[in-house]
Amino acid sequence: MSVYQRPVHLFWWLERRAYVLFVLRELSSVFVAWFVVFLLLLVNAISDGAASYQRFLDWSGQWWMVAINVLAMLFVLLHVVTWFGLAPRAMAIKVRGSRVPAKQIVAAHYLAWLVLSAAVAWLVVR
Amino acid sequence: MAATEITLEVARYRPGVDSEPVLQSYQVPLREHWAILDGLTYVKDHLDGTLSFRWSCRMGICGSCGMTVNGEPQLSCATFLTDYAPGPIRVEPLHNFPVVRDLVVDIDDFMTKLPKVKPWVIREVQSPIEEGEYLQTPEEMDECQQFSMCINCMLCYSACPVYSLEPDFLGPAAIALAQRYNLDSRDEGADERRDVLSSPEGIWACTFVGECSAVCPKGVDPAGAIQRYKLTAATQSIKELLMPRSLIPRSKG
Amino acid sequence: MNRRRSPEPLLWMLFSSGGMVAALMVPILLFLFGIVFPLGLLSTPSHAHLYAVLHNPLTRLVLFGLCALALFHWAHRFRYTLYDGLQLKRYAVPIVVLCYGGAVVGCVIAAGLLLTV
Ligand code: SF4
Ligand code: FES
Repeated sequence: MSVYQRPVHLFWWLERRAYVLFVLRELSSVFVAWFVVFLLLLVNAISDGAASYQRFLDWSGQWWMVAINVLAMLFVLLHVVTWFGLAPRAMAIKVRGSRVPAKQIVAAHYLAWLVLSAAVAWLVVR
Repeated sequence: MAATEITLEVARYRPGVDSEPVLQSYQVPLREHWAILDGLTYVKDHLDGTLSFRWSCRMGICGSCGMTVNGEPQLSCATFLTDYAPGPIRVEPLHNFPVVRDLVVDIDDFMTKLPKVKPWVIREVQSPIEEGEYLQTPEEMDECQQFSMCINCMLCYSACPVYSLEPDFLGPAAIALAQRYNLDSRDEGADERRDVLSSPEGIWACTFVGECSAVCPKGVDPAGAIQRYKLTAATQSIKELLMPRSLIPRSKG
Repeated sequence: MNRRRSPEPLLWMLFSSGGMVAALMVPILLFLFGIVFPLGLLSTPSHAHLYAVLHNPLTRLVLFGLCALALFHWAHRFRYTLYDGLQLKRYAVPIVVLCYGGAVVGCVIAAGLLLTV
């Protein structure tokens, strides 16, 4: 029997909007990895002394570094929104026998996020 | 004056004759309450008796009328012509399945995968019939009810890019159905299903694209079922790494 | 396929813990050090202050955890992006080496840097 098999396009993820969003979401991981590199460079500069810390500040203040980090920030925020949004579907949490509604699980994630961010900010700029 | 007709662009594929599907246009009456399926039936009855497509219940229950309508997987009996007016409406077979003829696809792959997850209640010891049914509270039923709504329409497979790239992937509906039994309080088969589910062709191939759940006409959320099982399976394997298997209490789903 | 030998569950666990940690901690740190301080929206913290913060073993432990898990998060996600997004599954072996190998190397570097502060 001869059947027709639809070929898979190399850029199949352009076929639907949801697929594009999915690929962007997955690519956010590249910017997470970039952040680790950036953070380790900062740590290295701080431990090398004040002069080296100043050099790091000058380097990270260049327009193209800021541009990279703004882009990275957008991707990281996409990661946050999609991650927290999908979290309630991956976990079924029960309190006293009844399922916690998805909205509350998402809200709890954002709350934890705000608290932690505030704590980090306080520690850094104090 | 409102249009009285709408154009259906239907993918025709005649095995042995066509090398790939070609679109053919038909004018069908644009009536309120007419689904895409009614339009196709009109074509078959009045315009072209050679058009082939599958259907049975015409009420969104049997799951046999799945098609790609304007690029989206849909039940053609539950998708209305008027929603697409003024048209034209492109009707193609479900993506990701081999096309046998026109709008009919080969569903063998799904049919062989389905029994692999043992989608039935498994008991270690069957209790005698005289003892009656295995009882369940409404709360226990709630746990698995959502996943039991599946009508095997395969729209989720059609929307899943992982399935299109990786034909061995067990796929959304089969995994959701396994969870339907894993989470059933009367079932004791979670361990038996685990080898198949927790294999590279099972849950681990899924990257949570989530489109299966978006297109499911029954609100099953197979993507959610898969992620929940990932968490269960990962927790269980890590426990096994840390302690001998015999000490681990069996878990539900 | 023997599931008890499969590393997937462990890799997925690292991936998801990494995703959670990254979602919780990366935005604020990236925002401060990548955008706010370079643009001068807030005055840059002094070297002495950051050095003191970094000297605290707890900070270093948290930063190491963040780096390690975030790297494994990247490794796992990027591996599947290459498999599916670019259809490169036939190069699975080099991809696995690149991704998880990269994460391991990153962890070692992070440990080295954070231990010698
Ligand atoms: S899970 Fe939904 S989309 Fe998939 S076969 Fe079942 S009813 Fe259809
Ligand atoms: S014909 Fe039965 S679901 Fe459409």
